[in-house]
Amino acid sequence: MTGSNGVRIVAHHPIVWFARRIFSGVVVVWAAATFAFLIQCVLPGDRAQIIINVTSGNVGPASSAELAAINAKYGFDQPLAVQYGKYILQILHGDLGESYQQHRPVAAIIAERIGPTIVLAIAALLIAWLIAILTTLFIAGRDNIWSKLLNGTQVFLATVPPYWLATILLVLFAVKLGIFPVIGGNSPIGLVLPTLALALELSGFFGQVVQNEFTRVLEQPFVTSARARGMSDFGVRLRHVLRHAALPGITLSGWALGRLLSGAILIEVVFARQGLGGVLVAATSSRDVPIVSGAVLISAALFVLASLIVDLTYRVVDPRIKLT
Amino acid sequence: MSQGRPQPVPQQPDLLRVESLRVSFGRGIAENTVVRSISFSLRPGQCLAIVGESGSGKSVTARSLIGLAGRYANVHARQLSFDGMDLIGLSDRAWRRIRGTEIGFVLQDALVSLDPLRRIGKEVGEGLLLHGAVSSREELAQRVIALLKLVGVPEPETRAEQLPHQLSGGQRQRALIASALALDPRILIADEPTTALDVTAQAHVLALLEETKTRGKALILISHDLAVVSRVADEILVMRGGEVVERGTAAQIFRDPRHPYTRQLLDAVPSGRPPGSRLSPSTIVRSPLPQMQLPLQSLPKSRPILLEATSLVKRFKGPDGTLRAAVDGVSFEVRSGETLGIVGESGSGKSTMARMVLALDEPDEGAVQFAGRPWTTLAECERRARRRSLSIIYQDPLGSFDPRWTVGRIISDSLSSDVETRRKRQERVIELLDLVGLSQALLDRRPLELSGGQRQRVAIARAIAPNPAVIVCDEPVSALDVSIQAQVLDLLGYLKDHLGVSYLFISHDLSVVRHISDRLIVMRRGRIVDSGATEEIFRNPLSEYTKSLIAAMPRLVRDQHIGHSTTILEGGIA
Repeated sequence: MTGSNGVRIVAHHPIVWFARRIFSGVVVVWAAATFAFLIQCVLPGDRAQIIINVTSGNVGPASSAELAAINAKYGFDQPLAVQYGKYILQILHGDLGESYQQHRPVAAIIAERIGPTIVLAIAALLIAWLIAILTTLFIAGRDNIWSKLLNGTQVFLATVPPYWLATILLVLFAVKLGIFPVIGGNSPIGLVLPTLALALELSGFFGQVVQNEFTRVLEQPFVTSARARGMSDFGVRLRHVLRHAALPGITLSGWALGRLLSGAILIEVVFARQGLGGVLVAATSSRDVPIVSGAVLISAALFVLASLIVDLTYRVVDPRIKLT
Repeated sequence: MSQGRPQPVPQQPDLLRVESLRVSFGRGIAENTVVRSISFSLRPGQCLAIVGESGSGKSVTARSLIGLAGRYANVHARQLSFDGMDLIGLSDRAWRRIRGTEIGFVLQDALVSLDPLRRIGKEVGEGLLLHGAVSSREELAQRVIALLKLVGVPEPETRAEQLPHQLSGGQRQRALIASALALDPRILIADEPTTALDVTAQAHVLALLEETKTRGKALILISHDLAVVSRVADEILVMRGGEVVERGTAAQIFRDPRHPYTRQLLDAVPSGRPPGSRLSPSTIVRSPLPQMQLPLQSLPKSRPILLEATSLVKRFKGPDGTLRAAVDGVSFEVRSGETLGIVGESGSGKSTMARMVLALDEPDEGAVQFAGRPWTTLAECERRARRRSLSIIYQDPLGSFDPRWTVGRIISDSLSSDVETRRKRQERVIELLDLVGLSQALLDRRPLELSGGQRQRVAIARAIAPNPAVIVCDEPVSALDVSIQAQVLDLLGYLKDHLGVSYLFISHDLSVVRHISDRLIVMRRGRIVDSGATEEIFRNPLSEYTKSLIAAMPRLVRDQHIGHSTTILEGGIA
């Protein structure tokens, strides 16, 4: 009895919680790695043939001698289990394989291109939050025309695909008005339109979630309690309601960041930005499989990291949560 | 309205004057008047109680006094003034200068009236910060601690750093009162300040309010329970349907109630009535209630034991990581056709025990036998077939219903599968509704469309649907107004005699348990401190704890009250 209880007490320690989260994160990444490995094997067409075509630029079938050489070089002639073991070992050493086309390590290719993509995704997340919070704080739960207008706009934004919005923004602000550059490169000013294109959709989505909770919390007795102490309407909104209303939004942020990363890849193509997007699109269309599966692996790792951050944030905002 | 009554502090001018207060919601044909023409006045050191059931307009009246009746409320009054200042048509800014500083307001149910994400100290000190009453952080911290001390929160330094859910119900309520008293307002309005509390905590909070009154504050106390206000109130307004049906000094109302509704409210207080007698006028249960004989000193031993718990132990991990026994070696038995009452304050292990009896939690030690056969030691699949013989009625019926299901479906779902045809099931559901005093017009309603009393009746119908031998009632009337509580208690008594079912009746309210139980066990910190025939315990309580519980019972202090106000008068003269 006491033994198992001792274990239970230890299990509630924050460090144990953290270790468990890390472990489960590793499991997710491992599953993603396995998936990425399986993609390579299951894809139609002989892998050696694809590699020869990608490298040489020829389309026709290669000779059996050439095929055998490639098979031996990449170890395709070995049993699947051995290939899998080698693949996992490589990953553990930080080696994601080599691009068929560029003949460079995949890790290096991704590393040099992923920065702008992450910047874009995080900027979009912050802007989306900022828009959602500010509009909710000033407008939500008030029975006026602005409140209705805001609600309508949020629903509209939440349903519009970002690439369409990106095109509209591009035509309006870059081509017609000339405020922002059409092709921004990676300068800060060039970041504005792509960020907006991504953030507006998400801000509509967050806004709806936050606003919903916000109007519910506005009616709670503890809010009336605060008013009875003489607190102003804005004070009540800022100090009491917002924190509660933000909770479901925070939970969604982990998911949103994953979504933003994939959204960013599309947006980068629309705005011709240097990022992971361009690399991935090129790699996919030329069947440069190591890059694609490397990107899958990195995304999974980022996703795990994001949800860990979200959990920690949630704990800061809601002190009732115990690490279990 | 207050002539001929001893004034605690005579020559004081009125602090608050309300004349012909009328509150309605909506406009035009949709206008719904919830308070019509209410007048009263309040002096320092005086306590006015507004009593009535939910929906009588008492809370709206109270909120109108601080301008928080709601965005859609229309508040009219011939006069509404505080200390000579007109409150009608006050701007929001002007209201804010009064709220907290001049009039403190304590909302009902401190669990939801304190921000669950903020620390107690922050919440208590908020008013001080808002109105610029402190100049430094240190001063704020000191004032907060002083306030928590004033209202009697133990270990104020620790509590100030804790979150509302880490405090007990009584401590929360005190903290909420502390936050309302922070700026030393001249009027304190308390809306149902003791409703969610167990007897001991209730007595403490009432004592605190009484003390606030003697410090010269004017007090408005709102409650559905006359027994609660009887101790503190100088003057009482009885409200029903938005109108005052009776008013008078506390002594007048308790000695000589004029209006039938007031009498009904007085009768509904279980502690004022002999156990087992009717509490509500007989409108609901059609067949005349059989007169119950007084208990049952020695229950015939021939009645078979249905439920037998032996040395139940259940441990949980406390917040500091150490193991605590929530239930610590509890044994009892429930015989056929008998009601066993279990009483104790919150945290005494009552509900944990109920969960073990229902085999929802496995006891760490000990076991429960049901109908002479093992129960808690069985595997769930062996237990499932017999689960129907053991029903449960919860405190909050709404939370135990699927809000999308109709009443008909809720009840029919727990019918035994022996009732095969659709038609038979339907008939049985109607029969059950009839048995609990509900019309079959409610069949297609959903839980949210029912009143609190109706919901609890549906819960009872659901509990008796599978013809159980024992029903575990976990605080079944704690969330109800006294008048509704009276009806539900009468119904439970009727069903027991009619169906021969046994109850394991759990409550923190001693007067309710006394009313319905044949035998009683008193629990404290997971242990039984007293047990025996109910009246025997009341006559001759063994433990100090039971004695203190009995002493803390809110009762109508008809005679004591007069003596009590005399003392104040004497004090005033001296």
